[in-house]
Amino acid sequence: MNKPIASGRKVGGLRPLALQGPAVTLLFLWMIVPLSMTVWFSLQRYNLLMPGMDEFDGLTNYRYLFTDPALWSSMITTLLLVGWVLVITVVGGTLLAVLFQQEFFGRGIARVLVISPFFVMPTASALVWKNLMMHPSNGVLAWLAGVFGMEPINWFSSLPLTSIVIIVAWQWLPFALLILLTAMQSLDEDQVEAARMDGAGPIAVFFFITLPHLKRAISVVIMIEMIFLLTVFAEIFVTTSGGPGLATTNLAYLIYIRALLDYDVGLASAGGVVAIVLANIVAIFLVRMVAKNLED
Amino acid sequence: MTNSTLRRFGIGLLAWAVAFVIFFPIFWMMLTGFKTEADAIADPSLIFPPTLDSYAEVQQRADYFKFALNSVIVSFGSTILALLIAIPSAYSMAFLPTKRTKGTLLWMLSTKMLPPVGVLVPIYLLFRDTGLLDTRTGLTIVYTLMNLPIVVWMLYTFFKDLPKDILEAGRMDGANTLQEVWHLLLPLTLPGIASTGLLSVILSWNEAFWSLNLTSSQAAPLTAYIASFSSPEGLFWAKLSAASTMAIAPILVFGWLTQKQMVRGLTFGAVK
Repeated sequence: MNKPIASGRKVGGLRPLALQGPAVTLLFLWMIVPLSMTVWFSLQRYNLLMPGMDEFDGLTNYRYLFTDPALWSSMITTLLLVGWVLVITVVGGTLLAVLFQQEFFGRGIARVLVISPFFVMPTASALVWKNLMMHPSNGVLAWLAGVFGMEPINWFSSLPLTSIVIIVAWQWLPFALLILLTAMQSLDEDQVEAARMDGAGPIAVFFFITLPHLKRAISVVIMIEMIFLLTVFAEIFVTTSGGPGLATTNLAYLIYIRALLDYDVGLASAGGVVAIVLANIVAIFLVRMVAKNLED
Repeated sequence: MTNSTLRRFGIGLLAWAVAFVIFFPIFWMMLTGFKTEADAIADPSLIFPPTLDSYAEVQQRADYFKFALNSVIVSFGSTILALLIAIPSAYSMAFLPTKRTKGTLLWMLSTKMLPPVGVLVPIYLLFRDTGLLDTRTGLTIVYTLMNLPIVVWMLYTFFKDLPKDILEAGRMDGANTLQEVWHLLLPLTLPGIASTGLLSVILSWNEAFWSLNLTSSQAAPLTAYIASFSSPEGLFWAKLSAASTMAIAPILVFGWLTQKQMVRGLTFGAVK
């Protein structure tokens, strides 16, 4: 079924080379040049505030980085942020996919509304949440708290990381829903019907038919979200600037601070290498999974 | 009412409640854009005298259209470039597959896994030394390369879905490769190419890591302009809302139009 066109094969190996050449070359440069520069810088003493002092420095940057409490605190922040957003979006996305798969009045419009947050630029959604929603005295949430006779929460000073988690989860829940809803469409209705006939309730159907069917789509969602969530930046940049203290400084933001605020190129690059290694641990699994899918 | 219509009614009610809650911040933002600054920070109210002042002021004071133009040029420019580079590549992968094709595709995917923050320092320094910092050209280059793997992948899946016989028939009639691509492949896969392009525009339009770090006054797109409202000098909620509404409106529509095909591109064909 997938056999190449007969006359295409005759032309041989040169044509693919010419056709794919530009894309492959550009991507190769885009990857290898900055990557090797990052690795190289990470082995240098290189601070933009001290020109002429650059020299090869071995693993000093790494030694400094790994003894810096800020690194460990930023790693924990990164893990908490990624972990919580994943839990909220995957569990929420699965439940919502089941809900929005049902027939109801105006389903098309309701679906469009639900996936909309994914298309809002991160700087806009973060600022709308920070001001219009979460502002401790004028925000909608403060007003709601007042209606119910509760103390309004000062979101960004008392629950900074939770606030960021809420904003990021709000952006990514629609992504999980969109993917899982698509995956739901290939669910075998006859199988569900047969299970119902056999007396399975909705909860049994969900756990024994729907969830196993969504297994692969869920792992794809988890891996793709992880790759993006590991480097959440804009939402932190416009709301907390990593604070209070280091409360919302994740690895991406720490590298930004070291590089563009402290001008310590060497140290920032060492942090960059750590980020690359972390991302690649996830990436290996994703690439494997996609590769398996290419077979069929 | 029978049991099943009651159940359907309940499900509808629940789903609409969820949709309302999730969409609410966007709705509220759109509404706040039509308020005065005083109304914007007053107690939440649906009833207020609507005004276009904030829209006018956003345009006058901050030159909104300069940022919008940067966004348009950079996102459409990078999309066109990416399509031009990706179409030949995806064509050859789909129709002239070799034993290296699969490896190449996976390798392209893996370049997307490089976290931007890992290469921030070298890109920043390279751009500084070549004068690309804060230029639309520089940002266009970054976005082109950033989206190239996704564009190749998405086009590849659309091309592969095309029945092979059609191109073969064209070749029998004596069409050369260029004619075959121009007269058969592109028209037949136009919907796929269009949704690929739209996804690339959306991703570039909303990109906020490179735009915040590589641009300042000249080439800043809307993501960076909206970020400037984070300064604590005062509460300009109505203006923030008006500017955000204008910035996201076109992309929301694009997103709604392409939601189905987009899943392919976002999951690299792993979920269809």
